[in-house]
Amino acid sequence: MKALRKQLDKIKPQFQKGGKFEKLHSTFDAFETFLFVPDKTTSHGSHIRDSIDMKRTMSLVVIAMIPALLFGIWNVGHQHFLSHGETVAFWDKVLYGLWKVLPIIVVSYVTGLAIEFAFAQIRHHEVNEGFLVSGMLIPLVVPPDIPLWMVSVATAFAVIIGKEVFGGTGMNILNPALTARAFLFFAYPAQISGDKVWIAEKADAFSGATPLAEAAAGIGAETVNFTHSFMEMFIGTIPGSIGETSTLAILIGAIILAFTGVGSLRIMVSVALGGIFMGGLLNLASVNAYMDVPFYYHLVMGGFAFGMVFMATDPVTASQTNKGKIIYGFLIGVMAVLIRVLNPAYPEGMMLAILLMNVFAPLIDHYVVEANIKRRLKRMKPAKA
Amino acid sequence: MRQSEISNIMPKTIKLTKGLNIRLKGSAEKKISGLSSQQFAIKPTDFTGVFPRLQVKEGDGVKAGSPLFIDKYRENIIFTSPVSGTITEIKRGDKRLLLEVRIESDGKYEAIDFGKADPASMTRQEIAEKLLQSGVWTVIRQRPYAVIANPEQTPKAVHISAFDTAPLAPDYDFIVSGQGAYFQTGLDVLSRLSDGKVHLNVSKQTAAKEFLGARNVTINTFSGPHPAGNVGIQIHHIDPINKGDVVWFAGVQDVITIGRLFMEGIYDSSVTAALAGSEVTRPQYYKTRRGASISTMVKGNVNDENVRYISGNVLTGKQIRPDNFLGFYDSMVTVIPEGNYHEFLGWALPGFGKFSTSRAFFSWINPSKEYRLDTNLHGGERAYVMTGQFEKVLPMDIYPLQLIKAILTEDIDLMENLGIYEVEPEDFALCEFMDTSKTEIQTIIRKGLEIMRKEMS
Repeated sequence: MKALRKQLDKIKPQFQKGGKFEKLHSTFDAFETFLFVPDKTTSHGSHIRDSIDMKRTMSLVVIAMIPALLFGIWNVGHQHFLSHGETVAFWDKVLYGLWKVLPIIVVSYVTGLAIEFAFAQIRHHEVNEGFLVSGMLIPLVVPPDIPLWMVSVATAFAVIIGKEVFGGTGMNILNPALTARAFLFFAYPAQISGDKVWIAEKADAFSGATPLAEAAAGIGAETVNFTHSFMEMFIGTIPGSIGETSTLAILIGAIILAFTGVGSLRIMVSVALGGIFMGGLLNLASVNAYMDVPFYYHLVMGGFAFGMVFMATDPVTASQTNKGKIIYGFLIGVMAVLIRVLNPAYPEGMMLAILLMNVFAPLIDHYVVEANIKRRLKRMKPAKA
Repeated sequence: MRQSEISNIMPKTIKLTKGLNIRLKGSAEKKISGLSSQQFAIKPTDFTGVFPRLQVKEGDGVKAGSPLFIDKYRENIIFTSPVSGTITEIKRGDKRLLLEVRIESDGKYEAIDFGKADPASMTRQEIAEKLLQSGVWTVIRQRPYAVIANPEQTPKAVHISAFDTAPLAPDYDFIVSGQGAYFQTGLDVLSRLSDGKVHLNVSKQTAAKEFLGARNVTINTFSGPHPAGNVGIQIHHIDPINKGDVVWFAGVQDVITIGRLFMEGIYDSSVTAALAGSEVTRPQYYKTRRGASISTMVKGNVNDENVRYISGNVLTGKQIRPDNFLGFYDSMVTVIPEGNYHEFLGWALPGFGKFSTSRAFFSWINPSKEYRLDTNLHGGERAYVMTGQFEKVLPMDIYPLQLIKAILTEDIDLMENLGIYEVEPEDFALCEFMDTSKTEIQTIIRKGLEIMRKEMS
């Protein structure tokens, strides 16, 4: 490692001000700090610092997504062969899944990081680690058959319009990965909704409807006919976006996030409670078959669990106060189920619910902080009297 | 009349749960050695908001209590020499900023006689006069802003924190032992200066009779992790500062210095300071003086070359050179390793030995380990991304991130509304310590306080 360090120190001056590759300063810095934690020391204030930094934080979120990713890769293969009625070995499913999923991940990262590096260079900033997470989230929330150019366009849209125009990581209002998905949803509805897209290269005869689509069909029907059991939905052997199907794998990620303190358990629990509350309310006031679907199904169908654990908890776009987080999370759960059940135009309510609450998060915080200010002012009166 | 107001009823313990004790190696052994320093310096930079006007020049002879400089804008605030001897150097920095007034001790400790006095038989005016004249007034500071108290004002209350919860902090039970009479006289003096109460805030663990038996004060008991020992946190829980309020505070050794002035009639600058930190060979306590050179203390007592000397604790102290001087308000010197090294893939390692308040490193497996932490920043500065972290270590009804952002945008009304008057940089030291974005939060808070001070004056 010393040799590598020496080499870096040798070429470093060329990337600094006045050097030959001055224009690539941020790029060099990103790679250098990736390889080595910098030797920068404290100067004012606290002389010692916590070992945690943004790289560690963001890489932990990526690690938390790995169970969902691995399951997703297998499930892409599993669903494909299932639709064709073929029985194949475990590794064949995995290989097929890899063949489908890896290109999407690569395209997402390459597009997003290229833009991030360019913006960091223009702004003379260090490259922010935020996209490490977004770059993995995007592949996990798209259908396996999505054309790669769409992934690229959506990623570019999300990074530029969703994030960089606001000032980059930490300044954005909407979750970038969800911005990408919403962009796809509204720009290319045919490729991201309906019954055909959720299984890679699906056999035409096979239904391929997601539980959400089946439930939505229940609005006009006598009963909802689920192809899959609750347990199958929980384990994740159902059609859907690449990473969203397995509630179990997502829960493993939730435990990692909550235990390390990187993701807000407060938000996760509030979202779940909001969903249960609204689902339960609809059960009680049921007038059609979809409203009859037991409330706990909402937690395992579609992107509810994935959104709850990985999207709603995005600290930048969520409420920032502890009380605000509870309100924010609860309303996401409520809105997601509400949109699903009462608005058949959007079978997946989670995406819209989170984006909506992203917009309202600052308002929630505003009222929480106002309450604190009022408390402080109130305290003054008896002192004066 | 005052005596009849003695209220020494023990109120219930204020339990704080938020905060963090950082366990560092090298706490000071309970052993005191004398030190005979030759070199002393008073550093105007220790006194926030003071514009010094020199009263001496190089080569002048001084006694303990002789004026060195005064505050240009409050000329009755006098800063006096801690020892007798000669002014050897007036050290200036950029833009002729006065950094140090250095004094070489003649070893005789001659002091100006300000006269012994009994505070009970003096008017408030006479007491303030005596404190100002001797330079001892400068040990009394005020909130908001954490600057030297204004003698023209009368504070709503006076607070004395009798314990320090910072990492490796000195034990005031140990320091105060044998100083009980001075300490009590100091408390008597303070109680004459304020119309309100004098609060002596003690740790639940304390057994010192000097504290528990103190008269003319209200004793408040606190328990909990750092920053429970910070006077700002205590004020917030006892009697918070509202807009327009002025509260005074002083440390235990400051009260003793006041007591000595009235009992002995002189400015006696002696303090007990702890020398601690993982790089100290024999960490222990030393009898020294305000502004004394630390060189005699650290010489031959530090393990390594590549270390940082801090006057104060690791969270709030000032970096000094090994031949520099103990800060005016400091009761400890900490020596920790410098962190100027590159670490290969450091952010990706399991990190069994890496201290973190999050459980992002595997060090959570061993919660009772004592650490040898260095000065490495462990990452690069970023925009604020994480939320809900600071709240865990700030036991106040204040929204830390929102206040920090209000300061960054210089929104004066919002800063006021969010409680800027109640805070001091040291209260945010743990926030700075654990900040994932590696920003300098204490510097930001100080900037906010300075904006408010300018706005209000």
